[in-house]
Amino acid sequence: MKVELDINRQKHTVEVEPRLSLLDCLRDKLLLIGAHAGCEHGVCGACTVLVDGAAIRSCLMFAVQADGVAITTIEGLSPGPGELSPLQDAFCETHGMQCGYCTPAMILAAHALLSKNASPTREEIVDAISGNICRCTGYAQIVEAIALAAERMRGQNDPVRP
Amino acid sequence: MTAPGKFRFVSSDRRVREDRRFVVGKGSFAADIVPQGVKHVALVTCPHPAARIVSIDKAAALAIPGVHYVLEGAELAGATNVLAAGLDTPNVPRYPLALNVARYAGEWVAAVVADSRALAEDAAEAVAIEYAPLPFILDADEAYKPGSTLVHEAHGSNVLLDRTFVWGEVEQDFAVSPHRLKHRVKWGRSSTVPIETFGVTASWDPWREILDIWASIQMPKYPDQTAMVLKIPMSSVRVHYDVDVGGSYGVKRGIKHTVLVGYLSKRLGMPVRLIEDRLENMRGGDMHGPERNFDVEVAFDDQGIIRSMKMRALDNVGAYAGRSPFQLGKPVGAIVGPYKIKSVQYQAIAVVTNKTVQEAVRAFGQSPTNYAIERTIDEVAVKLGLDRLEIRRRNMIRHEEFPYLIPSGSTYDSGDYHTVIDKVLAHAGYGELIAERDRLRSAGTLAGIGIAACLEPSGGNSSFEPLLNPKVGTTTWMDSCRISIDLVGSITATMHTTSAGQGHETLVGTVVGEVLEVDPDKVRVVRSDSLNALPSNSPVGSRMAIMLGGAAFHAAKQLKDKLTAIAAHDLGVPVERIAYKDGSAFDTSAPDKKRTWAELVTMAHRHIHKLPEGMEPGLSVSHIMPVPMGGGLPTADGRVQMYPCYSFEFHLMLVTIDPDLGKPEIKRYVIGHDCGTVINPKIVRGMTLGGIAHGIGAALYEEFAYNEDGLLVAQNFMDYLLPSAHEVPFVEIVHHETPSPLTVFGQKGSGESGYLGAPAAIASAVNDAVRPLGIVVDSLPIKVARLGDMIAQARENNAREAKKGN
Amino acid sequence: MKPAAFEYSRPADIDEVCALLAADDGARVIAGGQTLVPLMAMRLARPSRLIDIARIPGLAFVREEGNEVVVGATTRQHVVESDPVVRAKLPLLAKVMPFVGHTATRARGTVGGSLVNGDPAAEIVLVAVTLGAALIWRDGGTNHSIAASDFFLGPMVTALPLTACLAEARFPVWPEPRVGVGFHEVSARQSDFAFVSAAAQIALDADGRCTRAAIGIGAATAVPLRLDAVAQALQGQRYDETKVRESAKAALADIEPMADLHASAEYRKRVAATMAVRAIADAYQDAARRA
Ligand SMILES: Cc1cc2nc3c(=O)[nH]c(=O)nc-3n(C[C@@H](O)[C@H](O)[C@H](O)COP(=O)(O)OP(=O)(O)OC[C@H]3O[C@@H](n4cnc5c(N)ncnc54)[C@H](O)[C@@H]3O)c2cc1C
Ligand code: FES
Ligand code: FES
Repeated sequence: MKVELDINRQKHTVEVEPRLSLLDCLRDKLLLIGAHAGCEHGVCGACTVLVDGAAIRSCLMFAVQADGVAITTIEGLSPGPGELSPLQDAFCETHGMQCGYCTPAMILAAHALLSKNASPTREEIVDAISGNICRCTGYAQIVEAIALAAERMRGQNDPVRP
Repeated sequence: MTAPGKFRFVSSDRRVREDRRFVVGKGSFAADIVPQGVKHVALVTCPHPAARIVSIDKAAALAIPGVHYVLEGAELAGATNVLAAGLDTPNVPRYPLALNVARYAGEWVAAVVADSRALAEDAAEAVAIEYAPLPFILDADEAYKPGSTLVHEAHGSNVLLDRTFVWGEVEQDFAVSPHRLKHRVKWGRSSTVPIETFGVTASWDPWREILDIWASIQMPKYPDQTAMVLKIPMSSVRVHYDVDVGGSYGVKRGIKHTVLVGYLSKRLGMPVRLIEDRLENMRGGDMHGPERNFDVEVAFDDQGIIRSMKMRALDNVGAYAGRSPFQLGKPVGAIVGPYKIKSVQYQAIAVVTNKTVQEAVRAFGQSPTNYAIERTIDEVAVKLGLDRLEIRRRNMIRHEEFPYLIPSGSTYDSGDYHTVIDKVLAHAGYGELIAERDRLRSAGTLAGIGIAACLEPSGGNSSFEPLLNPKVGTTTWMDSCRISIDLVGSITATMHTTSAGQGHETLVGTVVGEVLEVDPDKVRVVRSDSLNALPSNSPVGSRMAIMLGGAAFHAAKQLKDKLTAIAAHDLGVPVERIAYKDGSAFDTSAPDKKRTWAELVTMAHRHIHKLPEGMEPGLSVSHIMPVPMGGGLPTADGRVQMYPCYSFEFHLMLVTIDPDLGKPEIKRYVIGHDCGTVINPKIVRGMTLGGIAHGIGAALYEEFAYNEDGLLVAQNFMDYLLPSAHEVPFVEIVHHETPSPLTVFGQKGSGESGYLGAPAAIASAVNDAVRPLGIVVDSLPIKVARLGDMIAQARENNAREAKKGN
Repeated sequence: MKPAAFEYSRPADIDEVCALLAADDGARVIAGGQTLVPLMAMRLARPSRLIDIARIPGLAFVREEGNEVVVGATTRQHVVESDPVVRAKLPLLAKVMPFVGHTATRARGTVGGSLVNGDPAAEIVLVAVTLGAALIWRDGGTNHSIAASDFFLGPMVTALPLTACLAEARFPVWPEPRVGVGFHEVSARQSDFAFVSAAAQIALDADGRCTRAAIGIGAATAVPLRLDAVAQALQGQRYDETKVRESAKAALADIEPMADLHASAEYRKRVAATMAVRAIADAYQDAARRA
């Protein structure tokens, strides 16, 4: 089937089998490899992308279902080549990762949170990422990154652009 | 020793360079690498815990358009050597695909190659296999008994390893001790379960005769074993080390996967890949961790001084003998923990059962051992009515007693255990913590304080190999670094293995920057492939800060010496008078006389006429570093230096348990951590916090549970429970530094930190909480409902007793 | 873990859904996909055709109609979670929504999907049973209404005919001025399916005495249980923990709890009583706060 996708504000028309997940479509057809497969059954969150601004699991959605919505992947967050968004920069500042496998998904989940809630509490941050499993970090430096980004984005601190 | 400011870049809170690519989704993981025309493998797995394979009918699968091949065990076994096993167990052969008999549910029986993974799965369903189910055995105690159902007939028993070591005067020490205590504790089957499954792509080029491999691997001797099993020269195997590994913590040892796709790629003349799905990974990825029953007996005096210990560790390694039995060997290097136990008897037993094969897991058996030791110390304290901390203090090695030789032959390099404990207690407000626990108890909650003190042996060596398999004489486990300064003066350092989030590029950059006095961010760090690699034994055994850091240090130092020598020669002054500073070299008695970086680099690359006689031109240096203190073979009674450096951690926590539900909650968690000089604080902190989270999982949530039909029931992420952000509490780290005298900056390892003691501490806390009920929780994981049932039973019994008493 | 191949349809209205279902035995409705897709990925479900109802106009809504709040089948769980009508009129549904999976699953998962899936541990299912919601399905061009307590037949088994599509759920709104709710569940990790859950909704008079109560237990048995005897016993009573515990225990004495990898039958039975007591206590407190 042909499906027209709006990804990172760009239109793509792809030919897909109905059984192709949005995750596999992004990775295999569009080479947007920042979304990762961790479990392919909806539990780990590694495949998180944004659909109309909300974090969703792209392994639980078929590409054929994804027309007419705005999809944002990690590739859509950085302002330009070699540049980082304030949230991405905060993850670097606190070292909110180790192997980096869960990281794009964590950042997207955090992005969805911060776009609704500019001043989240620790509990709200924890809850927002609780559907994303990280096996490396124990989450503390991820939570710190999100709190730091929120603080900086509220203008209390200018984002550092390396 | 390490005063702040002693180093310029080492120990400073610098960013981790790898992070930049990950935050934008530009990591390069195994599944991201897709050669043109690659074909996909899916596996047909055995649905029985043990079965004879009667027949395999591939016709229906092969009839599906887009399906290229169905491979079965007989063909593969006929074309390859058996997979390497650690122990000398020739009658327990293992191949990637089962040969005639499958020995655990989920074992790979056939592999299908197709144009897409989905098609390969369609075809895998269409392969018709007839099985004749066989009797099976799951329990280690049963499997150990003579006459039990055999997993491998030809081996004659289920026992792969049964060796008893006696170090010191055990019987005598027991005889003279007024007290003894014996108990059994169990460590359940869990693993590190990275979020990325194992993945590998192989591509055979028949004209160049090279097998290119991209894999999410973390494994020593990986190219060697691949070549050996595939019967091709090692110079025909090119493993690409610039693949980012999405977590490993020991388990990414996909040798059987690699052999399978390597063979298929050669056989079919196409690039072939196998990216495990989560079911394949959990059932047949061979990445389960230790499942161990400990029987521990200790002899001690009235003061609680433990004189001697007998430990029997029975490990259920699953259906085949991989490297995992060695996980009973490594703990020999810290078999007494941080304590001065004079004599030890250690019986290490590995049995096979019809469960999934075990692999190396973070800490290589040390975390279970630490758990057994710490649970024992707690019980001794209870038995004597002594404070659990006091008894630890009394038994611990004191700062001034290092280096300290333990009975099993390892010398601990350095430590300051008592100080770390004092710092943690002061930080936590120990008195208040106890008051808080008691307050909670009087309010009707079960509450307990958890304590664990333990070691992280680091600098990974392989002494357990010759220890447990006398046919192996390996004493060398080097790691390497090559550094080049190019003709315009940029620095490139090369490492020779993969990383799985440990920040090795940052490590190398920092060390090279420190030595050469240049901004570490200016040091490019790249990875070789195995054909142009120096020797490495991969990031196992908490070794890279010591071994890769050490190799980078020495290589950089040699470059610095070379630059200094060039300057001395060109300035015409003796080398001793030359000082190196920030990349330039000058005459200490006439500081104006100097040669800049640019000048030195130019001379080295272009002006051989200005170089000292006989000096090699260019600026490229390699250093291959052996493990400090390594190199010795075990003595006849099994004493050997295991790893060189010993980090220390002390965990203190407050746990409450809802008495009606059995649900534990960690209210406060403080860890004191001493891994010597810290090279990058962000990395060490992350390792420790991540290790604790992992330990929380092993202690409370994670278990590869089997049902009575021999099937793995926790095989997906709905049933195998990895801690989420909700489950991991805020953790406070109290930092301490006791440098190692054996390493270049005083650093020790921290790659396993947190995980080494968290399960022990949680078990300690839970037991402190339920002890008033008169019960003991002696196995991990401590699952909510199971604990709830135990508490309910105890309350019922206590109520009945109370009634009787009235 | 890739699903078996299937055809995909996106019909324009609910009658077309039914027609497609009637035409193909292997066809299945997909709403949010949060339960169905994992099953398909593991090939435990292998529909020949997926009928995507998520965008059918008029199936996603929250509406107050008389003394009911009606929730359309394809209403996403995160919409319900923050819907002002639900908050004001169906406090029990509002209360349980954060417990339904994770933020990301609630962004796709639907109320109807949860109901049709019929997991005895599903919070929405528990609320429907506890409050006595009516479920309306469409089949053969007509609407059929069924009480929630008759709809759920066993774990993941419902009375929904194979050719039917659930259209909406109608939850009764209690008109009393002092209505309070309580919900408790126990699971290993916070966001997992519960081993046992309990929901309570209680109306109090000015004196703090119960005038009406609805109590339900989820996850313990094959279908959620309503503890009507307990609700009955609360009539005219102020909160009394001992009495509540006793009546809960009595009401649960004969249940046949499920056992699985995570919790034993004894655990479920014992803890069900505890959960009921806690939910009732919370509901009393919550109601008492409302002047
Ligand atoms: C990680 C994770 C955790 C979760 N935790 C919880 C939890 O704690 N509690 C909980 O309750 N749920 C939980 N869920 C499941 C929940 O998210 C699902 O949303 C819900 O069970 C199904 O809703 P859905 O819209 O996604 O339905 P789908 O998956 O689309 O469908 C489910 C079933 O219902 C049928 N169906 C759906 N809608 C209709 C209709 N209108 N008419 C006829 N048939 C229909 C489908 O054919 C299918 O058989 C969890 C899911 C995941 C992935
Ligand atoms: S890969 Fe989608 S949730 Fe795990
Ligand atoms: S950084 Fe490795 S899983 Fe999160």
